[in-house]
Amino acid sequence: MTELNPWIDGLVALLLLIGAFFLLVGALGMLRFRDFFQRLHAPTKASTLGVGGVLIASMLYSAATGRLAIHELLITLFIFITAPVSANLLAKAALHLKLPSKAGHPERD
Amino acid sequence: MTDLALDITFGALVLAMLACGWRVLRGPEIADRILALDTLYVNVVALVIVLGMRQRSELLFEAALIVAMLGFVATVALARYLTRGDVIE
Repeated sequence: MTELNPWIDGLVALLLLIGAFFLLVGALGMLRFRDFFQRLHAPTKASTLGVGGVLIASMLYSAATGRLAIHELLITLFIFITAPVSANLLAKAALHLKLPSKAGHPERD
Repeated sequence: MTDLALDITFGALVLAMLACGWRVLRGPEIADRILALDTLYVNVVALVIVLGMRQRSELLFEAALIVAMLGFVATVALARYLTRGDVIE
């Protein structure tokens, strides 16, 4: 990275840091929340945004260093499509198993 | 500046994967472990891409795509196994 434009360099670094922050927030939320339905929130949203930031940084970096890459766009689209589907299936499985929830029932309370 | 950001991203990914590993080992329910495995797959995709940026290798992007596909298929299969008791009926 000797001849990289400093603006592109800073933008790639900023996108990488944003992605790392959101990945860490997603994992910490999964570690710290109290029941499964709360824990489902953190990775499905924050980690998807984090990996999207890292992938956009990688796309910009590879475009700046000479080769235009489409692989990263493919991975981004794949993760953005499949993360809500897997979260929905996990929520259905948790409802089927009748996992305990800390939230009260809205009609009974 | 990108090198420093890559190092910081590596550190954050290590912490995130340690958190996921803790939840895989100590998750109170089986669904928690599957959710932690799914998050671990997403973190591995980001880790492989950061490694590819650092090594300037194009091969690792295909590896990241394969990891993403395997993670989705594994999560769907495990969730269906929990719901239906069978993966392929």
